[in-house]
Amino acid sequence: MFWKSTYNELIKIAYKPRSYIGIGGITLIIGIVLFAMKLEGKYYISLITGQLEQSVSFEGNILNGNLIGFIILQMLIVHVPLLIAFVTGDLISGEADMGTIRLLLTKPISRNSILFSKFLASCVYTAVVVLWLALMAVLLGRMLFGGGDLIVLKSDGLTILQQHDIVWRFVYGFAMAFLSLVTVATLALTLSCFSENSIGPIVSTMGIILLFTIVGTLDVPLFDTIRPFMFTTHMAAWRCFFDDPIDTSQILKSTLILLTHIGVLLGIATYKFNRKDILS
Amino acid sequence: MLAQHKIVEVNNLVKHYGTFCALHSVSFDVYAGDIFGFLGPNGAGKSTTIRTILSLIQPTSGSINLFGKPLHSNRNEVLSKIGCIVEKPDFYKYLSAEKNLEIFARISGVTLSKTKIHELIDFVGLKGRERDKVAGFSHGMKQRLGIAQTLLNDPELILLDEPTTGLDPQGIIDIRNLIVQLKTERNKTIILSSHILSEIELIANRMIIINKGKTVVQGNVADLLNSQELVVMFTVNDVALAKQVLSTSSFANTIDTDTQSSLLLHTSNESIPHINKLLCDNNIQVTAIETKRKLEDYFLKLISA
Repeated sequence: MFWKSTYNELIKIAYKPRSYIGIGGITLIIGIVLFAMKLEGKYYISLITGQLEQSVSFEGNILNGNLIGFIILQMLIVHVPLLIAFVTGDLISGEADMGTIRLLLTKPISRNSILFSKFLASCVYTAVVVLWLALMAVLLGRMLFGGGDLIVLKSDGLTILQQHDIVWRFVYGFAMAFLSLVTVATLALTLSCFSENSIGPIVSTMGIILLFTIVGTLDVPLFDTIRPFMFTTHMAAWRCFFDDPIDTSQILKSTLILLTHIGVLLGIATYKFNRKDILS
Repeated sequence: MLAQHKIVEVNNLVKHYGTFCALHSVSFDVYAGDIFGFLGPNGAGKSTTIRTILSLIQPTSGSINLFGKPLHSNRNEVLSKIGCIVEKPDFYKYLSAEKNLEIFARISGVTLSKTKIHELIDFVGLKGRERDKVAGFSHGMKQRLGIAQTLLNDPELILLDEPTTGLDPQGIIDIRNLIVQLKTERNKTIILSSHILSEIELIANRMIIINKGKTVVQGNVADLLNSQELVVMFTVNDVALAKQVLSTSSFANTIDTDTQSSLLLHTSNESIPHINKLLCDNNIQVTAIETKRKLEDYFLKLISA
């Protein structure tokens, strides 16, 4: 029954118009970025490399698909959580809002199965969004701008990754981004259990992300103790795969913290959803 | 005798929302083959009881046995034998009628062919609208689709919570006929919650009336109504004379004048022909006799008490 319910959830997501807003948004933004880069990319790159040209000499195709993919991923990872929350925050509260939850919960399937099938469906949706992001950013970027070495500019220096050493980094980077976004999806799903309308969980999810991000960037000693445990701190962990050498302990730590968040949030959602009186 | 075995046993059901008590020890039984009317004014606790039977609401205390088994420990098994509409029949608006039924069939644990789903859609009179999105359906059409949905798993028990709310008069008649069809053609046991009294009076064989979360009365509809004194309206050509004639007889307990040409008599069923004869023997023309003892009067009397 769990798989049938998951199949149902995927059908609902597939037929719901709002599911395509995220994919459409990503397509539009990436399209604009690629168009702008095609027109003014060299000027943009010169802004970055200009300050380094006194000490380093750059040769070859710097403005390549790998760099474009990296830039796009860096830009969009801030916005994609909103697109994910837009769909996953609606999975339970949307049913309450529409009234279908009354019918759904009178069927011979446990509430746990319904909740976890919704969680699994939200993971699949997140995977589709991340895959689409990867296809559009990296593949389309490489088709339009060709391949080449990737220059990663950081606050403490410059990393140059050779072309043959990049694909696997993108694969793992996107996998890490997927885990971060599943954490956001789980947060939205959990908040969805507490609400009877669609907007509340979406706004609350973004509010929490914003709050945690602000707390994470504020240089206040009080926050130093909690900062390493906030999921927002680890949402940029995908960038670790573009370091040389890779800090595996940091990646493992981020993975563990994100998985812990997912587990705790699912626990809260399970507790709430199983005790929820359906009054709508 | 319709009653054979108990399908639903509700014992001392209590539900608190904080300090507010929505149900005070409600108990009733529903037998196989019943059309069981669940009556009460708005806020009486009808929906709370129905939702508790369907495990949408957890009771504070009390027990519910469905098909002889406790609901709390056999939830999925007993729910697989139930079909329901809880208040408004809400569906996924962005999906077609057919797709909605497919979705609910899948989690009802049944595999239905498209032909079977189309048969159900035909049964409720929505033929030709299978592939239309529910967003474009009227309330009446959604209610019909709701009844099709209740039949997906061929349930033994159907719970309909206020199924005619918001329908136009024709819609009410259509849904009422569908309910009777479910009983007569498909042999279903039905619990029908409503505050429309005529609906219950017309189709239910047993009923319970609750008010403010408490049971007011329950039993066989005909017996409950027959236990009440009848009010009969006689339309006559001479009200004053009729009143005088009847005041000397023992057939009517109370005589009221309703209009200039009619009398309201509190009497019994058996006395009606005698009263008619008495009036005719005294050259009073009787042009209409109408029994006014209706469930509505009975209900209002109980609720106000």
